[in-house]
Amino acid sequence: MAKRIDVKDLNVYYSKFLAVEDISINIEPKSVTAFIGPSGCGKSTFLRTLNRMHEVIPGGRVEGEVLLDGDDLYGPGVDPVTVRSQIGMVFQRPNPFPTMSIKDNVLAGVKLNGKKISRSDADSLVEKSLRGANLWNEVKDRLDKPGSGLSGGQQQRLCIARTIAVKPDVILMDEPCSALDPISTLAIEDLINELKSEFTVVIVTHNMQQAARVSDRTAFFNIAGTGKPGKLIEYNETAAIFSNPEQKATEDYVSGRFG
Amino acid sequence: MTTNALKSKSSTSGQAGDKIFSGTALAAGVLILVTLFAVAIFLLIQALPTFVADPADISGGEGFFAYIWPIVIGTVIASAIAILIATPVGIGVALFISHFAPRKVAGPLGYVIDLLAAIPSVIYGAWGYMVLAPALVPAFEWLAANLGFIPIFAGPASQTGKTMLTAGIVLAVMVLPIITSLSREIFLQTPKLHEEAALALGATRWEMITTAVIPFARPGIISAVMLGLGRALGETMAVALVLSTGNLIPSLIKTGNQTIAAEIALNFPEAFGLRLAELIAAGLVLFMITLIVNMIARGIIARHKEFSGAN
Repeated sequence: MAKRIDVKDLNVYYSKFLAVEDISINIEPKSVTAFIGPSGCGKSTFLRTLNRMHEVIPGGRVEGEVLLDGDDLYGPGVDPVTVRSQIGMVFQRPNPFPTMSIKDNVLAGVKLNGKKISRSDADSLVEKSLRGANLWNEVKDRLDKPGSGLSGGQQQRLCIARTIAVKPDVILMDEPCSALDPISTLAIEDLINELKSEFTVVIVTHNMQQAARVSDRTAFFNIAGTGKPGKLIEYNETAAIFSNPEQKATEDYVSGRFG
Repeated sequence: MTTNALKSKSSTSGQAGDKIFSGTALAAGVLILVTLFAVAIFLLIQALPTFVADPADISGGEGFFAYIWPIVIGTVIASAIAILIATPVGIGVALFISHFAPRKVAGPLGYVIDLLAAIPSVIYGAWGYMVLAPALVPAFEWLAANLGFIPIFAGPASQTGKTMLTAGIVLAVMVLPIITSLSREIFLQTPKLHEEAALALGATRWEMITTAVIPFARPGIISAVMLGLGRALGETMAVALVLSTGNLIPSLIKTGNQTIAAEIALNFPEAFGLRLAELIAAGLVLFMITLIVNMIARGIIARHKEFSGAN
């Protein structure tokens, strides 16, 4: 079930270094929200705070609130493990578990936390998830083969299948196509379009055309200079960001004048 | 005139380095094989009189097989105890250093573990003999009294503590640093990407280790255990000092049992003629055991090659 995310006055730190400053943003359920901006502007860092993956990095911490349908992810007593099972993540480089078969990769998240699943349920979940990731037809005859034997684009879709198998409320994608060729990229973009009927999708991308193609709303991040914190410059309907931005910096970026 | 423009003009100077390198690499590889082969040949030739001698002349008077099998079993038991104790502890310590300990603790702890590997085995033997063995006597008595119905804990317990179990524990301590430091290196090499994949699926830290770290490190752990096992099988001094030898018996807490390495070390100085050949034959058997153990380990690693993550 898709949920909305509301971020209020969020500061993100690496130890003492303020990496992202004062972000407030509302992410709508069942929509695709894109984060764009130049390298180092903190968009990936910010994305990782949305499922508490930021704190995995030593010294990583945040101030402020991230509300998932009103519940604060950083509230007292909230277990990051629970947060991450509800807010899934797809990474920049495809990272299926190399020691697992395709099938076990899909079920990896489902079998966590001591959960048991019957064989027939497992089989139908594998098929449903792989179909959901548009990968079923390509791998249905080799489910017991290692996931690392697939092509890059297939591996990334396997990672998406693995993420949707745990039925999260939100899926975060950190430049999911940056390591893929154009055909595989297209396959993932089509998939993102289908995913939004069921999930809230947030995607970080370097590729402005991609943001324009897949997203409903776009957030533009920027930094004033090296060592300065990243900031949210403008957040609006994607069409407005690309055709009629309010900020000069946004216009410069989307028109290709810098970045 | 048809000259190939791609033909190298300075073919000698550019390739000399390559040739030297490949030559030395080849020589080093061949040297290892030759050494191994020479050792095997030496053992075979020197041991030969044992196999052709009259069985009545062999120690024990019933032939070489009757002489060797109790100490083969003894060797295997001592090493098995060592590996059974050292593997879980070693992996646990390695995981603690690589994934749980704060960085300030992890560094020094790693150094200390590596230092353990540098302590000479005679020191371990002396420690086992003077400290560990007496300290274990009450434990052995408890085992004999409460678990005596299991043959390996049958009493009466040794009053000096110089038993197979003590020797196995000393070996475990000696093997521990090998398993720990190799496993730690492998654990640290686990790709961040896979660890984050597990965490992002909602894995706890322990689940992250079981889904991403351990499977990735599995071949390395097996190699580490095999190296440790190699040391345990061949360890002489510590066993010779700690174990009060005797005939093969099932109980691990009574005086008795013997290992090949200790048998050779204890008897070698006074051996001559057929007795010497016997001991060298025992050495040959030890050599073969280590070879077989290593081949089994290779086999286990190769069987899972497809899923090793190397592709």
